[in-house]
Amino acid sequence: MAITVNAMKKVPVREQDPKVRATNFKEVCLGYNMEEAQAEASRCLKCKNAKCMTGCPVSIHIPDFIAKVQEGDIEGAANVIALSSALPAVCGRVCPQESQCEGVCIRGIKGEPISIGKLERFVADWSRENGFVPKAAEKKNGKKVAVIGSGPAGLTCAGDLAKLGYEVTIFEALHEPGGVLTYGIPEFRLPKNTVVRSEIENVKKLGVTIETNVIVGKTMTIDELFEEEGFDAVFIGSGAGLPKFMGIPGENANGVFSANEYLTRSNLMKAFRDDYDTPIVGGKKVAVVGGGNVAMDAARTALRLGAEVHIVYRRSEAELPARVEEVHHAKEEGIIFDLLTNPVEILTDEKGNVNGMVVRKMELGEPDASGRRRPVEIAGSDYTIDVDTVIMSLGTSPNPLISNTTKGLEINRRKCIVAEEATGKTSKEGVYAGGDAVTGAATVILAMEAGKAGAKGIHEYLSTK
Amino acid sequence: MYRILKAEKLADKIYLMDVEAPRVAKSCQPGEFLIVKMDEVGERIPLTICDYDREAGTVTIVFQIVGASTERMAELQAGDSFQDVVGPLGQASEFVKDDIEDVKKRKYLFVAGGVGTAPVYPQVKWMKAHGIDVDVIIGAKNKDLVILADDMEKVAGNLYVTTDDGSNGRKGMVTDVIKELVKEKGNQYDVCVAIGPMIMMKFVCLLTKELEIPTIVSLNPIMVDGTGMCGACRVSVGGEVKFACVDGPEFNGHLVNFDEAMKRQQMYKTEEGKALLRLREGKTHHGGCGQCGGDR
Repeated sequence: MAITVNAMKKVPVREQDPKVRATNFKEVCLGYNMEEAQAEASRCLKCKNAKCMTGCPVSIHIPDFIAKVQEGDIEGAANVIALSSALPAVCGRVCPQESQCEGVCIRGIKGEPISIGKLERFVADWSRENGFVPKAAEKKNGKKVAVIGSGPAGLTCAGDLAKLGYEVTIFEALHEPGGVLTYGIPEFRLPKNTVVRSEIENVKKLGVTIETNVIVGKTMTIDELFEEEGFDAVFIGSGAGLPKFMGIPGENANGVFSANEYLTRSNLMKAFRDDYDTPIVGGKKVAVVGGGNVAMDAARTALRLGAEVHIVYRRSEAELPARVEEVHHAKEEGIIFDLLTNPVEILTDEKGNVNGMVVRKMELGEPDASGRRRPVEIAGSDYTIDVDTVIMSLGTSPNPLISNTTKGLEINRRKCIVAEEATGKTSKEGVYAGGDAVTGAATVILAMEAGKAGAKGIHEYLSTK
Repeated sequence: MYRILKAEKLADKIYLMDVEAPRVAKSCQPGEFLIVKMDEVGERIPLTICDYDREAGTVTIVFQIVGASTERMAELQAGDSFQDVVGPLGQASEFVKDDIEDVKKRKYLFVAGGVGTAPVYPQVKWMKAHGIDVDVIIGAKNKDLVILADDMEKVAGNLYVTTDDGSNGRKGMVTDVIKELVKEKGNQYDVCVAIGPMIMMKFVCLLTKELEIPTIVSLNPIMVDGTGMCGACRVSVGGEVKFACVDGPEFNGHLVNFDEAMKRQQMYKTEEGKALLRLREGKTHHGGCGQCGGDR
């Protein structure tokens, strides 16, 4: 059946029905098939001065790969993307395209922008299904680089350096590589076995070694990497760190979790599956405090485990930091949004289990430093909501393990590692850093951009050394 | 994979294993812990490091069966492997970081309860290696649950064993021995290190507070990653929230909110019980009681 293309509208992407997917962990978005992808690609204006490329943190040659898709040369399209990105199946799924490539798409001025993310995903999925793998460097240059952390920053940095001929080893603290792609983002947004593992395999095929169960800062120090293990440079991509809590009464009650814990149990430890040993509290009525992408992920996980789920957020819908697509999916699935509401106390029974949460109504005042209108408490508006589980999704603060054990590594007031944006260079010679460890919690693609910058910085450093 | 070189049953439900983990063995210190994961479906289980051999690249772990994962772990034999061993985690004991001359001036009392004897052992061994004789109390329910007493004998200055029923050593609780040593014998202690079940540490701390002996305890709350990422292990210490995995596991016992910590340890008891039943009885555990008809 031929697809009728409306130049102003995206070719719709197939999704699992909300009622069905609310009860399973399978991927929500089903992606384009070849015909749909070619139809969508045909909407691209192939701008000479392609704005989309400037919107992409890793500068993928977007019009080129879309032209290849339109021609049906998917391997060619994959080659174009591989020049800039090692994780296209991931990025096609979790990048905030609406504020990046698609946000500046010329087609989007009058109609809907090209569905660049869904096309990237199609190319990546096609490559995996058809056994297409990126090429490794032909010759090694004999120099060794250690990468700390196998999340998006580390994988990107390692992949780029391997392509340049470096011998790269990634040290990962957890038992599975992938960082936030593995422990943080749920299966229904980013399938682990198919998508994440195969992208990691592709990085390994470039010649990168991954050693799991090594916590740099504990198992060994950065100085030992140089002195005892013989590395010539180090990239720190160790990620976000320690979850924040509100500091309200009752927060240590049984049934209060950080979103990190909840998601780690479900994603990394696969607690949502009966055949895995790690337990997770499903909860009957769950409140997720916060409005970011992580809050949406935690809420939709709890929903799939059978709970009625409320997002409790102190500002209004317009200020939700989560991607519009995630909020839309959450609503479709039946997540309830309690906006302009802020927790003040968590109530417990005699055994220490959560049995309610006192919340206060808020209203919006003047804009604050972030430009968003500041939430102001409404006096005397407290009321109690009936919940048995509370998930705190308030962001993270940096993990001090590396900074505490590395002399000469400068950190800033927020305890993030100080690094130059364009090269990842830190205050310590031979040490580069990027991703959440430098910026605080951000997105997958920004971490990848920092990984690329770090690879560039390390290459310049070792080329002149 | 991390190969098991020795597997031994120490007492009812308590097992000891020597495991090849060269990177952990090279860098670990008394007071730190590690995490093992038996296989793909297993939990990440935090365990204190009981001993280590830097040359051989091995660490010794001791664990007690508490749920499905540890029950399956108990079946492992020499020659089998753990899929994952990661560490060391947490902060080393304070005395490791202090000036050794200061440590030598102090009089230490170690109190070990049940399986808590395992983490006490490397600390006492470290003391011995640095020429310091310390007093050690081992307490257990009965003689069958006293572990590592012979090893401890070799490294302790004085060793006192006590059991609830008097079947090994004297009869009574560890707190009875502390009272006797301090009040009757007139022993002076500058530091007490108490490691064992939460309830034991709580009562030791109540007593040592009264006796004005600064006391360190080692907590073993529920954990997932063990690197500070999840916050499952949070404990209240002196009114502040601490993460046992990165700030601990050792804390000033007089400041720990034990009642909260004990409640938090119970969080997954129902789920653990269910998982254990599922493991032991397989699919039949549905119909065991004859109530719901799930077996029919």
